[in-house]
Amino acid sequence: MIDKRVADPEAAVGGVVEGATVMIGGFGEAGSPIELIHALIDHGASGLTVVNNNTGSGEVGLAALIRAGRVAKMICSYPRSANSTVFPELYRSGRIELELVPQGTLAERIRAGGAGIPGFYTPTAVGTELVEGHEVREFDGRDHVLEHALTADLALIKARRADWHGNLVYNRTARNFSPLMAMAATTTVVQVAEVVATGGIDPEVVITPGIFVDRVVHVASPAHESDLVARGVTYP
Amino acid sequence: MTQTPGPVGMSREQMSARAALDIADGSYVNLGIGIPEMIAQFIPEGIEVILHTENGLLGMGPSPADGDGDPELINAGKRQVTALPGASYFHHADSFAMIRGGHLDLCVLGALEVAANGDLANWSTGGDSIPAVGGAMDLVSGVKAVYVMTSHCTRDGIPKLVETCSYPLTGVGVVNRIYTDLAVVEVGPDGFEVVDLTEGVTFDEVAALTASPIQDARSARVER
Repeated sequence: MIDKRVADPEAAVGGVVEGATVMIGGFGEAGSPIELIHALIDHGASGLTVVNNNTGSGEVGLAALIRAGRVAKMICSYPRSANSTVFPELYRSGRIELELVPQGTLAERIRAGGAGIPGFYTPTAVGTELVEGHEVREFDGRDHVLEHALTADLALIKARRADWHGNLVYNRTARNFSPLMAMAATTTVVQVAEVVATGGIDPEVVITPGIFVDRVVHVASPAHESDLVARGVTYP
Repeated sequence: MTQTPGPVGMSREQMSARAALDIADGSYVNLGIGIPEMIAQFIPEGIEVILHTENGLLGMGPSPADGDGDPELINAGKRQVTALPGASYFHHADSFAMIRGGHLDLCVLGALEVAANGDLANWSTGGDSIPAVGGAMDLVSGVKAVYVMTSHCTRDGIPKLVETCSYPLTGVGVVNRIYTDLAVVEVGPDGFEVVDLTEGVTFDEVAALTASPIQDARSARVER
């Protein structure tokens, strides 16, 4: 019988190694798996390469992971935030590496990684400094640049509901990168507010099929990043 | 810096209302964060425009009433929004397939500089700032029409419509039309062309505040 449920966030992130590449779902706070990120901080793995659209806010969640010195490199499209100084301070002092990727290229690189496609050509960013050194090839009279797929050792994502097989349904715009990351990681861990028995989700509405999910952890009342930041919470 | 008194241009609201007049009924549109977002408030009655926000929503509505928001229903600027009847949610690969696959009719973005060949610089001022690009490069390379909404000059009076961009580029030869506080300017095969002027502003005033040759194409438009 397939049952991917694990006891708690601590068990869910077990086995992460030093220097791992970790994809973390979320666009801003929407879809950010805060409880899993905090478990990753507690776990202690460092030298991580983290893939996320942003760099977190305040001193909780992703920003707390970066502040704890666990992240060697960020791969993202928009590392600025109105209410966090964690990433900018480390970046300006040369203590964290940044690979800046256009948002659609970032999404497609992750999708390609999950789909077994090693690279693709896109016109996005042609002629800009972000693709200096990339191979350029002309298709139908237009220049395109070569982009390489992204894969990861671990993906940490958040969804609204899962069954024991790991079939997932998301909440509104919290879906963002998570279905792609689930496909692109060797081990995908999801935190969900609700777990139902297998068969409890209509197959027509499944967004992420369970084949892409390895561990399901129930977090009944997940924190919202903006709420923690407003209350001045820091982690740990 | 002392500023010489120049022509009085439109307010941001007036610019937004002017740009809204040119959006066709039934269009799928992405409005950039900041001033372009304001266009949504001025879509004329009877015109249906579907707003796309690249974080994963088609059919975006206005901000929720106080207390009705969901921190997981946000726009690309990470502000809480609503979903209108007929809306849909999707993941980033689908969202950027809409952009990169040429399915969106129009995007409207802000600018630091626009060059006479349609080059756009709007993501980085270089120097010490933290570089951040988001979806701007995808939008300008994939959406069918790319409009820019910006003040004609910087706060210091320096023209933003230039011969060659000095800031890092967002895209090469991508801008079709520019809405400024002083004029509506097309980017044509021979460079900038004024197609409409703000009331009380003259073509010569616009030309003097544009750092590249600019044609008066208003008569051509009237004859059409």
